[in-house]
Amino acid sequence: MGGKPQWAEIGHRILTLPAVIVEPLMVGLQRLLGIKRMPWVFLLPNLVAVIMFCLLPVFINVLYSFTGSDRLYPADRNFVGGMNYDVLLSCQNYLDPSSCTADLFWRALRNSLIFVPTQVVLMVTVAMIAAICLNRQLPGRGFFRGVFFFPVMLSPVVVAYTWQWILQRNGALNGILSGLGLPTFDWLAVPDSAFAWSIFVTIWAHMGFYTIILLAGLQSIPKDVYEAARMDHASNWRTFYAITLPLLKPMVIVVVVLCIIRSVQTFDELYVLTGGGPGSATMLIVQYIYEVGFAVQPRNFGLAAAASLLLGLVLIIFTAVQMSLSRKSQNG
Amino acid sequence: MADIAEKQAGAGLSRLFTLRRGHNRFDIADWLTYGFLVLGLLVLFLPVLWVVLSSFKTNANLQEFPPTVLPYAMETVDVAGYDRPLTLFNVKTEDGGEKQLALIRRVGRIAQMVDPADPEAGKLQVNAAEITPVKKLHFAVENYSRLLSGKENTILRYVYNSLFITIVATIITVVMNSMAAFALSKYRFRGSNLALFGILSMLMIPATVIMVPIYLIVSKLGLVGNLWGVILPTVATPTGVFLLRQYMLTIPDELIEAARMDHASEWRIFWRIILPLSTPALAVVAIFSILSRWNDFLLPLLILNKREVYTLQLALTSFQTQYEIHYDLLLSMTTLTALPLAIVFIFLQRYITTGIASTGIK
Repeated sequence: MGGKPQWAEIGHRILTLPAVIVEPLMVGLQRLLGIKRMPWVFLLPNLVAVIMFCLLPVFINVLYSFTGSDRLYPADRNFVGGMNYDVLLSCQNYLDPSSCTADLFWRALRNSLIFVPTQVVLMVTVAMIAAICLNRQLPGRGFFRGVFFFPVMLSPVVVAYTWQWILQRNGALNGILSGLGLPTFDWLAVPDSAFAWSIFVTIWAHMGFYTIILLAGLQSIPKDVYEAARMDHASNWRTFYAITLPLLKPMVIVVVVLCIIRSVQTFDELYVLTGGGPGSATMLIVQYIYEVGFAVQPRNFGLAAAASLLLGLVLIIFTAVQMSLSRKSQNG
Repeated sequence: MADIAEKQAGAGLSRLFTLRRGHNRFDIADWLTYGFLVLGLLVLFLPVLWVVLSSFKTNANLQEFPPTVLPYAMETVDVAGYDRPLTLFNVKTEDGGEKQLALIRRVGRIAQMVDPADPEAGKLQVNAAEITPVKKLHFAVENYSRLLSGKENTILRYVYNSLFITIVATIITVVMNSMAAFALSKYRFRGSNLALFGILSMLMIPATVIMVPIYLIVSKLGLVGNLWGVILPTVATPTGVFLLRQYMLTIPDELIEAARMDHASEWRIFWRIILPLSTPALAVVAIFSILSRWNDFLLPLLILNKREVYTLQLALTSFQTQYEIHYDLLLSMTTLTALPLAIVFIFLQRYITTGIASTGIK
C-alpha cells in the first residue's frame, strides 16, 4: 500500500526537476530585466533555433548557389556567379533531357512534373471517396477510420520495404499472378511500371492523412442542410454536387495544396523502394539534390543549393496561390 | 447493475449492426460504401500483414516461388554417422507408396539419400526429380532472436539512438515551442508581431530545400555523426508555435493577472498555469514530433554517418546492399521498427486523427 504514493512522489520529483533548476534562474532573470523584457526570454531559445536552422540556411543556400568547388566551408569556396544556374538551365531543347548539360536534373524535373499532378489528382480523389464513405453513419466506422489512417504512422523506410517485398520478382504479387495463370513481371525493374508503382506506394502511405482532414471538413458541415435537401427529395449525387462539394471547397483547396507541396518533396519512400531507378526513371527533384550534394563524388554543394533554391521557388509559388485561393473562398 | 449494463451493451451492439441511413434496407450507396471500405481494408492491411507473416519465414522459405502463405520450414533429421542434420524428403517407392528419406548430397540428377530409420542400410541412389521436401509449419523466431542477440547487428544500439532522438527532441520541441507561444500570446511588446511573422514564415521553408546549409551548420558545430546533430535542427517547429499560440489565446488573461497579484513569477505562471491548461495542444505537438522524429530519414541520412549512431530507419536500409538483400533480417527488422508506433497508434488513434484533422484547418 505504501509503495505506490512513494513512486508517484519520486516520479513527480523527476518531472519537476527541470523546473526546480530553471525556476530560480528565470526568477533571477526577471529581477534583473523586469517583467517587460520577460517575453524575449521566453522567445529566445526558439528564435535562436529558428534563425540558426531556418533563416540562416536560406541565406547560406543563396550564397552557396553562386559558389563552386567540392569543399564544404564557405572560406574554401570560390565565387562562380550564375554558373550553377547556367549549368542547370542550359538546354538545347527543353523537351529533351539528354540535350541538357545537367541532364539528370531535367530528367528528375520531368519525372516530378508527371509524378506530382498524377499523384495529387489520384490521392485527393481517393481520399475524398474514403472521407465520404467514412462520414456515413455506418457500423464499424471507427475501425475503418483507424485502418485508413494507420499507414501514415509507418515510416517511409518500412513502407518502401513492405512494397519492395511484395513487388519483387519472387514476391506476393507475382505469386498471385502466376497462381491465376497470368504472366509475371519484374515490377520495379521496368521503368514505366516502377514509376506507376511509386505513385501507388506514395498514395498508399499518405492518403490517410488527407482523408482525415477531409473527414473533419465533412463533419463541420451542418446536418440541417442535408435534412433540408432530403425534404426536397434531392438525389444523393445532387446533394453531393450542390451541397457537400461547395461547402467543402476551402478544405479541398487546403488538401490539394498541402498534397502538392508534400508531393514535390517526395524522397524517402522512392529512395528506398527504387533508389531512383531503374536508370533515372523514378528519380525526383529532392533525390537529385541529395545525389548531387551528398551521394556522388565530388560533392557539388553549389549545384545542389541552386537546384534546391529553384525547388523552394516553386513551393513558395504554390503556397502563395493557396493563400490567395483560401482568402478568396473565405470572402466569397 | 451488471445485468443492465450487459443488456444495454447488447442492445447497442444489435443497433450497431442494424443501423442504416434512415432506410429500412441497405441501399446501393451503402453497398458501394462497404465495398470501398473493405477494398481499402484489404489494400491497406494485407501488405503489412504479409510482411509480418513473412518475417517468420526461414531464408529458404522466403526464396520459394510461388510464396507460401504460412511460414514453412524443411524438416531435418539427425542421422547417426552424419555430423549435420539432414533434410527429409518424400520419395516415391517402386510399389507406388511413399517413403521419407534424408538427403546426403545431390550430384546432378542423382540424389544420394539415406533411410533415417535404418542408416545401416547405406546410401541409396534416387532420381532427384522424384523427391519433394517434407515441410512443417514453423515460425522462424530465430530471425528475431538473431536480431536481438546482437551478433548480426547491434539492434539495441539503434533502438537506443532512435529513442534518444525521439524523446529528447520531443521534450525540447514541446518546451521551447510552448515558451515561444506563451510569449507570443500572452504579452504585448514591441517586435512581437515581427517575431511571430518571422517564425511563421518559416512554415514555408521545407527542410528538404535547406539540406546543404543545415549540413554545413551542423558540421560547423562539430555534430556530424552525433545524435544531437539530428535533434537540434528539428526542434524549432513553426507549426508547433502556431498551434500552441492559437490554443493559448483561448486561455483567459485574468488567470495570469490573478497569479501576478499573488506575486507568482512569470516562469511560474507559464509552468504552473499555462502549460497544464494547454495539455490538449501539447499532446498534439508531442504526437507530431514523436511521429516525425521516429520516422525521419533524410536528415539522419545526411548527418549520422557512422554505424554506432544509426537510427533504426538507417540501420534498416543497411540490410540492402547493392548486390544482395538479407530479406530474413530485413523483414523482421521492418516489423520491429513499425511495432512501437503501431502500439502507440492503437492507444492514441482518436487523439492522433483529431489532432491531424484540427491542424489541417488553417
